[in-house]
Amino acid sequence: MTAHTSIPAVEIARLEKSYGSLKVLHDISLKAEQGEVISILGASGSGKSTLLRCVNMLEVPNAGSVSIFGEEYRLDQRPDRPARVTDRHQLQRLRSQATMVFQSFNLWSHLTILENLIEAPVHVQHRNRKACIAEAEALLERVGIADKRNAYPSHLSGGQQQRAAIARALATHPKIMLFDEPTSALDPELVAEVLKVMKDLAAEGRTMLVVTHEMGFARNVSSRVVFLHKGYIEEDGTPAEVFTHPRSERFRQFISKHAH
Amino acid sequence: MSLFDVSFFAENFVALCRGIPLTLQLTLLSVTSGAVLAVLLASFRLSGNRVLDGLARGYIFVFRGTPLLVQLYIIYYGLSQFPELRKSFAWPFLREAYWCASLALCLNTAAYSAEIIRGGVIAVPLGQIEAAKAYGMGGLTLLRRIIAPQAFRLMLPAYSNELILVVKSTALASTITMMEVTGIAAKLISATYRPVEIFIAAGTIYLLLNFFITRLLRLLEHRLSRDQRPQLAATGEHA
Amino acid sequence: MGAYFDLMGFAETGWGFDMLRATAVTLAVALSGFGFGAIFGMLSAAASLSPVSALRHLADGYTTTLRGIPDLLVIYLFYFGGSTVVTQLGHLFGAEGFVSAPVFLTGALAIGVVSGAYQAEVFRGAVLALSRGEIEAAKAYGMGPFLRFRRIILPQAARFAIPGLGNVWQLVLKESALISVVGLVELMRQAQIGAGSTRKPFTFFLTAGVLYLLISLVSGAAFRAAERRSMRGIRRA
Repeated sequence: MTAHTSIPAVEIARLEKSYGSLKVLHDISLKAEQGEVISILGASGSGKSTLLRCVNMLEVPNAGSVSIFGEEYRLDQRPDRPARVTDRHQLQRLRSQATMVFQSFNLWSHLTILENLIEAPVHVQHRNRKACIAEAEALLERVGIADKRNAYPSHLSGGQQQRAAIARALATHPKIMLFDEPTSALDPELVAEVLKVMKDLAAEGRTMLVVTHEMGFARNVSSRVVFLHKGYIEEDGTPAEVFTHPRSERFRQFISKHAH
Repeated sequence: MSLFDVSFFAENFVALCRGIPLTLQLTLLSVTSGAVLAVLLASFRLSGNRVLDGLARGYIFVFRGTPLLVQLYIIYYGLSQFPELRKSFAWPFLREAYWCASLALCLNTAAYSAEIIRGGVIAVPLGQIEAAKAYGMGGLTLLRRIIAPQAFRLMLPAYSNELILVVKSTALASTITMMEVTGIAAKLISATYRPVEIFIAAGTIYLLLNFFITRLLRLLEHRLSRDQRPQLAATGEHA
Repeated sequence: MGAYFDLMGFAETGWGFDMLRATAVTLAVALSGFGFGAIFGMLSAAASLSPVSALRHLADGYTTTLRGIPDLLVIYLFYFGGSTVVTQLGHLFGAEGFVSAPVFLTGALAIGVVSGAYQAEVFRGAVLALSRGEIEAAKAYGMGPFLRFRRIILPQAARFAIPGLGNVWQLVLKESALISVVGLVELMRQAQIGAGSTRKPFTFFLTAGVLYLLISLVSGAAFRAAERRSMRGIRRA
C-alpha cells in the first residue's frame, strides 16, 4: 500500500505519558499515512495500549501532541495536574473519525447486535435510521453473523462478539480504525475468524493501527511494524525491514519468543 | 383468656384495612419525591466536584445516621419553635401531620436511594462506557443511552429493598396522629388489650403489601433483563 | 449560642446530665437488643443451614416475617403483650388494674427479635461464603462438628460477618429511639420531656440528633477497626 502525498491520518509528536512516578511513554513520535496498516508490537508493560489509547484520548498524554488529519487535539498539559482535553466538541468530533475495537469487545449489553451497530450512527452522527439499519444488516452479513442481528451480546461466542464489534466500528464510516489487542481475549480456535475480517479490511485500503501479539498479521498483512519496549520505539519500518534485519536485540528475542 | 379469637381477628382485620390507603399514599408520595431528590444527590456525588460531593455526603450522613423518628419530630414539633416559619407560606403544609410525615419520609429515603443510584451507576461495566466514549458519545447522550438503562437495571434489587423499608417506615406516622395501619393497630390494642390478634392482623397486612411490591419489582427486573437470559428460540446455531 | 449551652449545660438548670443519662440508656438498650439479636440470629442461621427442612422453613419464616413488618408493631406487641401477661400474673397475687411490663426488657427483646432476623441473614451469608475446601480439609483431618465449628468456621465466618453486623448495629441504634413511644426514657423520650418543658422542641431534637450521629460515628469507626484487624493476613483482591 503506497502512502499518498496527503495529510497523515494520525500524527503523533513527542508523546510522553506517566502514571504518577511511572513513565510509560518516552518521546514517542509516529506518523500514520492514509491507507497504512500499522502493527504495534511489544511486551506487556511496553506502553503499546497506552499509545493507541492516546490516539482517541482515552488516555491523555502529559506532553506531546496528537493530530487527526492535521487537526491537533487541544489539551491542557500543565505540569502538576492531570492532563485533560479542553475542547469537548472537538474531542467528540475527532473521536467519531477514529473508531476503536477493544480486547474485551465492549458491546453494549442492553442492546441487540443490530442496535449496537446503529447506536453511534443514529445517536452520535445523527444519520437516517432506516439507512443505518440497512447498512448494519449488510455489515453483519459481511462479517458472517447476519443471523445474530436480534440476539444480545451475551448470547454470542467471543469470536462472534468481536466480529460484531468490528461491524459496529465499520458502521460509523471511520476514516481510521484502532484495534487494541483484538484477539487476545479469544480462544485460539476463534482467533482466525477475526483475523480474516481484519485482513479483508486491510486489503480494502483502510487506515488501521493494530496493537497485537499476532506475528502472522504483523508480518503478512501490515504495511508497517512498530516495536515498543518500556515506552520507547525500538523498531519502525516495513515488515521486510524489521523482521529480516531487526536493529534491536530485544526485538530479536521478542520475535523468537512469539514465533509460531 | 383464649389465645386467639377468630371472629375478633376478622373484624379487627377489616378495621385495620381502612389504614391501607393512607399507608400507600404516604409511601407513594415519599418514594416519588424522594427519588427525584435522590437523583439530584447521586449526581452531586458523581459529579467530581468536591463541593457538591461534600454537600451530598453530608446530607446522606446526617439522614442515614439519625433515627427517622428524630427527623420526623424535628419537622412536626421542632419547626413550630420558629415564629418566622409559622408566618411563612409553607406553614399550612408544615402544620399538617400528613405533609410532615411525607416530608420526613421523602428526605430520609432520598439519602438511602442516592447511594443505591450511585451504586448502580458505578456498576455499569467500564468497558462499555469507554466504547461509547470512543464512538464520540458524550454527556447527556452517554447518560441517556448507555449509563441510565444499565444502571437502572443494576440497582433494582437494592431499590426494591428500600421500597419495603419505606412501607415499614410509614408506621412512624402513627406517632404523630396519622391513622395508617399501625396507627389504627395502636388504637385497637390500647382499647382491647388483645395485642396478639391485632399484631398478627396488622403484620399480615404489611407482609401482603410487601409481597405484592416485591412481585411487581421482580416482574420489572425480569422484563428488563432479556439480554442476560439464555436465548430460547433456535435461530440456527452457525458459529 | 450561649443560651444553648445554658440550656444543655451541666449546671442545676441545665439538661446536660439528663441528656447524657438518657444517652446511656439508649446505649444500654441497644446493646442488650443487639445481644439478644445475636443469639436469635445465630439460632436462626443454624436452623436455616440444617438438613431438616422443617427447621429451614421455620428460619425462613422468621427472617422474612420480622424483616417485613414495622419495628413499631413488634415493640407494641412485646410491650402490651408483656403487660397483659404481667397484669394477669399480678392479679394472681392480688394486684389491681393494669400492671405494665418492664419497658427496658420488653424494648430490648423487641429489638432483639427484629435485629435477630437481620443478623441471621448476616451469619448465614458469612458461613456460606466460607471456602468449602477448608471445611472439607477439616473433615478429612478428622475434626468433629463442634471442633470444626469452633476452630475453622467461627473465626472465618466472623471475618465475613463484621461488615454486615456493623450495618445491623446502626439499625439497632436507630430502632432504640422507637422505644420512647412506649415510655422508656432513653434519648428520644428525654428530648421530648425537655422540649415539652422548655417549649424548645427544635433545640432538643437537634441535640438528640447530634448525639445519635456521634454514637454512630464512633461505632462506625470501631467496626471498621475490627474489620481491619480481622483481615490480618488476608490478601485483598
